[in-house]
Amino acid sequence: METAPKPGRDVPPKKDKLQTKRKKPRRYWEEETVPTRDGASPGPPCNKKNRELRPQRRKNAHILKKSRISKKPQVPKKPREWKNPESQRSLSGAQDPFPGPAPVPVEVVQKFCRIDKSRKLPRSKAKTRSRLEVAEAEEEETSIKAARSELLLAEEPGFLEGEDGEDTAKICQADIVEAVDITSAAKHFDLNLRQFGPYRLNYSRTGRHLAFGGRRGHVAALDWVTKKLMCEINVMEAVRDIRFLHSEALLAVAQNRWLHIYDNQGIELHCIRRCDRVTRLEFLPFHFLLATASETGFLTYLDVSVGKIVAALNARAGRLDVMSQNPYNAVIHLGHSNGTVSLWSPAMKEPLAKILCHRGGVRAVAVDSTGTYMATSGLDHQLKIFDLRGTYQPLSTRTLPHGAGHLAFSQRGLLVAGMGDVVNIWAGQGKASPPSLEQPYLTHRLSGPVHGLQFCPFEDVLGVGHSGGITSMLVPGAGEPNFDGLESNPYRSRKQRQEWEVKALLEKVPAELICLDPRALAKVDVISLEQGKKERIERLGYDPEAKAPFQPKPKQKGRSSTASLVKRKRKVMDEEHRDKVRQSLQQQQQQQQHKEVKAKSTGARPSALDRFVR
Amino acid sequence: MQWPPPWRRSPLLSASPPPGPVKGFLRPVRMSEAARLYHYVTPAESAMEGRWQTRPSLRPASPTNAPAHRQPPLANVCQQNYGAPQDPVEPAGLRSASHVTGSSLGKAEVACGSRRRWAELVPESSWSPAVGASKMKVKMLSRNPDNYVRETKLDLQRVPRNYDPTLHPFEVPREYVRALNATKLERVFAKPFLASLDGHRDGVNCLAKHPKNLATVLSGACDGEVRIWNLTQRNCIRTIQAHEGFVRGVCTRFCGTSFFTVGDDKTVKQWKMDGPGYGEEEEPLHTILGKTVYTGIDHHWKEAVFATCGQQVDIWDEQRTNPICSMTWGFDSISSVKFNPVETFLLGSCASDRNIVLYDMRQATPLKKVILDMRTNTICWNPMEAFIFTAANEDYNLYTFDMRALDTPVMVHMDHVSAVLDVDYSPTGKEFVSASFDKSIRIFPVDKSRSRYVPTSKPKTTHYSLRYQNVYFQLTSREKAAKDYNQKLKEKFQHYPHIKRIARHRHLPKSIYSQIQEQRIMKEARRRKEVNRIKHSKPGSVPIVSEKKKHIVAVVK
Repeated sequence: METAPKPGRDVPPKKDKLQTKRKKPRRYWEEETVPTRDGASPGPPCNKKNRELRPQRRKNAHILKKSRISKKPQVPKKPREWKNPESQRSLSGAQDPFPGPAPVPVEVVQKFCRIDKSRKLPRSKAKTRSRLEVAEAEEEETSIKAARSELLLAEEPGFLEGEDGEDTAKICQADIVEAVDITSAAKHFDLNLRQFGPYRLNYSRTGRHLAFGGRRGHVAALDWVTKKLMCEINVMEAVRDIRFLHSEALLAVAQNRWLHIYDNQGIELHCIRRCDRVTRLEFLPFHFLLATASETGFLTYLDVSVGKIVAALNARAGRLDVMSQNPYNAVIHLGHSNGTVSLWSPAMKEPLAKILCHRGGVRAVAVDSTGTYMATSGLDHQLKIFDLRGTYQPLSTRTLPHGAGHLAFSQRGLLVAGMGDVVNIWAGQGKASPPSLEQPYLTHRLSGPVHGLQFCPFEDVLGVGHSGGITSMLVPGAGEPNFDGLESNPYRSRKQRQEWEVKALLEKVPAELICLDPRALAKVDVISLEQGKKERIERLGYDPEAKAPFQPKPKQKGRSSTASLVKRKRKVMDEEHRDKVRQSLQQQQQQQQHKEVKAKSTGARPSALDRFVR
Repeated sequence: MQWPPPWRRSPLLSASPPPGPVKGFLRPVRMSEAARLYHYVTPAESAMEGRWQTRPSLRPASPTNAPAHRQPPLANVCQQNYGAPQDPVEPAGLRSASHVTGSSLGKAEVACGSRRRWAELVPESSWSPAVGASKMKVKMLSRNPDNYVRETKLDLQRVPRNYDPTLHPFEVPREYVRALNATKLERVFAKPFLASLDGHRDGVNCLAKHPKNLATVLSGACDGEVRIWNLTQRNCIRTIQAHEGFVRGVCTRFCGTSFFTVGDDKTVKQWKMDGPGYGEEEEPLHTILGKTVYTGIDHHWKEAVFATCGQQVDIWDEQRTNPICSMTWGFDSISSVKFNPVETFLLGSCASDRNIVLYDMRQATPLKKVILDMRTNTICWNPMEAFIFTAANEDYNLYTFDMRALDTPVMVHMDHVSAVLDVDYSPTGKEFVSASFDKSIRIFPVDKSRSRYVPTSKPKTTHYSLRYQNVYFQLTSREKAAKDYNQKLKEKFQHYPHIKRIARHRHLPKSIYSQIQEQRIMKEARRRKEVNRIKHSKPGSVPIVSEKKKHIVAVVK
């Protein structure tokens, strides 16, 4: 058995440090015991080896990738406790190299935490309180477990970084295509379709399928990964917008007059004449609602599962042609020509909020996947990012030379703006931070002015529709690397899709539940309860729950004379009055006592300022 | 004429089809042959090519592009737009190189100096080594489909999970809808009535379970007939004309080989559980002729001893024709007697003079008795807790007593609107079922005062006797997980008004419903009166009696 570490190793300083840390003050009577213990058990060498290995492993784990977006919050692991190594030693002498529960990074736990710890628990009865505490502890436990399960995620997000701080915006698509593997390079392609130009496009929720429609009537849908065409038709009418419904089998096309729905074979299933002159479409996948903004100024919600129009809201702001949805709470954002952005829910006839964003009209709106940031661009050539968490204030602003006509957010928070025939992409510091508008992350110039933009979900791909056709750009770090197989699975089979469809339809969220805070349903609505009470009192003119004034009952046999009635009434009133007086007296006494106790506790000598204390 | 006409012809299909599996259209301009043939590249192939893993890409630097004068990044159009300064040290030669590439195609866009117009214009061969050689690190998301698709059809589908909350939006509303669906489904599938066993020519008076066989049930009718039923096949196995007049009680022996009946003809008969052989006559094993009418019978759970009740409680040895001992306390007819299944020497009986008497078989005298407001029809011992028994009372309530403290019942179960006739515990001891004269059956949890469940069927007859038969199903793990999940959801959202309304809804017969309303009013009136009496009398003179103690008259030892 080896005992002493060789001097040639690369880690002895660490080990020495550890040893010095553990070194106890030397006692003359203990001199004998230390070597015997070492000799007796085969454990210590093994331990030493472990301890030597551990710092090495940590060093490896801490290699940080210098990149702009892929910075994961890497939290230093909690220092393990080495307080009492002797007690942890087992019979064999081996020691657990990783004692205690595995550490979990705090930020990751925070991500999964659903309870606001900063708010105190409401004052309630002991039983309720204990139940709430148990629920909170359970919640914490689940969030820790979910955070641990992050370890199992298979994929890492993409990234792009230039050579020693070189600006990534100068890297062109050709370079990226050259550098990446074949599979990814195949995701870059250009469809040269100059004939039926400018194109709008839409990716399906799984990111597997792409549909596009040209202004001159060309509509096509394809599996863009395998490049398999699903359908291609010419609708012989202007196509304003195109959108997949809940699955890739259904396709909504906003045509010149009416809204049409096609299946993946290109067969027209429905022509919805109640939605006419539609300019923009948005599909809310969890509510199965197709929101349409029309030239007539109406925002119409169509429930595609039952084919009923849920709500038709008049925005009273003229022609609507700027629309986007907030994927976090399914609120529709409409941009208007007077520079405001209004937030709509089908449950309300009036907008939930109106934000004055620009001096000119609003040209484009986009909301990120966490529902925290909204990017707007206007005729005043400005690009602004707003905070949607209640303040609705711009976080950052940038003036662009021509102004952006199209905006889109990626799943990981990249912002793309289409300006003329140029596409600019900005990135932030990770998913939950706003994109910084100083320096673009990537730029690209197309063969025609941009007409539609969308990041492909779960892929590092940006689809751009322009007058020259469709371009599929590579944007490393745009897509969410790990999808959830039960939510939207790009690799799902037909059976899986069918099963998902049934489940999704079963748990269709009612349209009335759309509001600014999607967790509002889990909260106790105290405010509206009180307000309802107040309104009821106002409506009725009196408080129905108030205690009725005492009215003496009429009694028989001459005891019901006016005098006796008044007497009885007075008696009750006096009794109530006495009760009140008694209560107030008690309160006064209590306050007095409380004050005295306080005065005594603060100090022996009264201060000159005490006379002002009330 | 050509169809379709030129303006209807698709621009995609008009292109000549490229070779390989890419059908019909869409020849991506920049796409290598390998990628065109294999939509994905397997790791093995990629390993051969060495391009699968992310690696810092070092572009092969051409001799002209030595690292010393690497091509500086060309200022792109957008930056020009922002007024970013052009790189002042840009060598003209490189710019001209790109110019040359472009000019070979004769395209104006390329001539303007932008390398970015390569997309569909530049042929493949023209750009790879010539353009600049910047060292950059790039990684793209590139999933290997083998990790996400099952290998063979016999495998389970692969379902990778990611619990990131941003991938699961609308958590609360979706859970709410799921809870609503689960609650609705629970109501949809609540079909409690399984079958009716037809065959008796007169009313059924008593029932007994088989101790060893879940499928067997015995019933005694008012015309003296006893039938043995098979529940799985739902048919009658055997019919015995046991007594003249009513069959008052049936019980099985603990081993399940024979059963006892008592009838109005003052006899106790023991029968074999199996039918007689071919040619044999249906005859009882033993017959005991008593002096008085027996109203109930129960068998000891471990020994060859049984007890009957009538004028008094008699305890019999199976082998003898005279009772071992007979016990009385008061002079009234005893309606039922029950052995304790845990402490097997204990018995309980209830008599029509409103009392419940407890006996120990080892002593010749009764232990104690409790007198209630009204008479108790039946009692039933909890099979899991030795001290606990439940009494079905005429005052519409059931009382669960702890044998050690009879002055206060553990729980008063109130939901019936008429006299409770019979009660029986589930084998788990967690809940019991009760039958009432209001023609309804209710299931109560032991620790709740209100019923959990009312099996509703069209009430035609009064249930005079019933037994709780538990049947267990083996659930698969997925079923169990789904059931647990739904249960948790229902619990979580139980107070939401819509869900509460659906979960609470029971279709009750109108008579029961109106009686419930009526009794609620009566109870409220009684409570109000009591409160008023306390209010208007001298403090302390009117004692406040809890609901539990209210119905207990006395405990005698």
